[in-house]
Amino acid sequence: MLTISQDLVDRIVAHARADHPDEACGVIAGPVGSDRPERFIPMENAERSPTFYRFDSMEQLRVWREMDDRDETPVVIYHSHTATEAYPSRTDISYASEPGAHYVLVSTREEDKVEFRSYRILDGVVTEEEITIVQ
Amino acid sequence: MAIEVRIPTILRTYTDGAKAVEGKGGTLEELIGDLEARHPGIKDRLVDGAGLRRFVNVYLNDEDVRFLGGLETPVADGDTVTVLPAVAGG
Repeated sequence: MLTISQDLVDRIVAHARADHPDEACGVIAGPVGSDRPERFIPMENAERSPTFYRFDSMEQLRVWREMDDRDETPVVIYHSHTATEAYPSRTDISYASEPGAHYVLVSTREEDKVEFRSYRILDGVVTEEEITIVQ
Repeated sequence: MAIEVRIPTILRTYTDGAKAVEGKGGTLEELIGDLEARHPGIKDRLVDGAGLRRFVNVYLNDEDVRFLGGLETPVADGDTVTVLPAVAGG
């Protein structure tokens, strides 16, 4: 189960809306072992694409080092789908590489409705999980 | 002195859970060969027939080796090599 604050949900959705029709992506870091997403880090989509995303490699190094220094892990890795449902695509599954992360998917295909869902992706297996939103 | 190689979570199954291991070599390719000798299987996760795998980022100190010389990039004692799986999808 993912427990996340309403503020962080709003920030992910705002990022996804702002980058639409391209996919938006980012990380929410949290203390190692806590499973608590706390620090919002929007990332650049180096692909600038409506169908693909990839963290910029230099930005990723900087952010991962910073998390290391602060004893944090990427608790949430999020990205948006801009024309399809908020469910991991085949490429999302094959490139998923953080076994401890909650993979959050947002769909911006409809202007007035938000789809916000969370998954574990481990060894090619997708498991959707419940989301508890707290204030 | 050796070269420090920082290993991401997903590859620590090859290093008995170690976050960093040491290796040696004059180029990144030799270093990966040296790692493979002690951590069998790791090489296949880093390279394929065409060179470095597309969705693995390898950094020499502060630079992405793709902007240096790829597998031919010279490495030396005291360097730090960091491996990070690319975060990507569709």
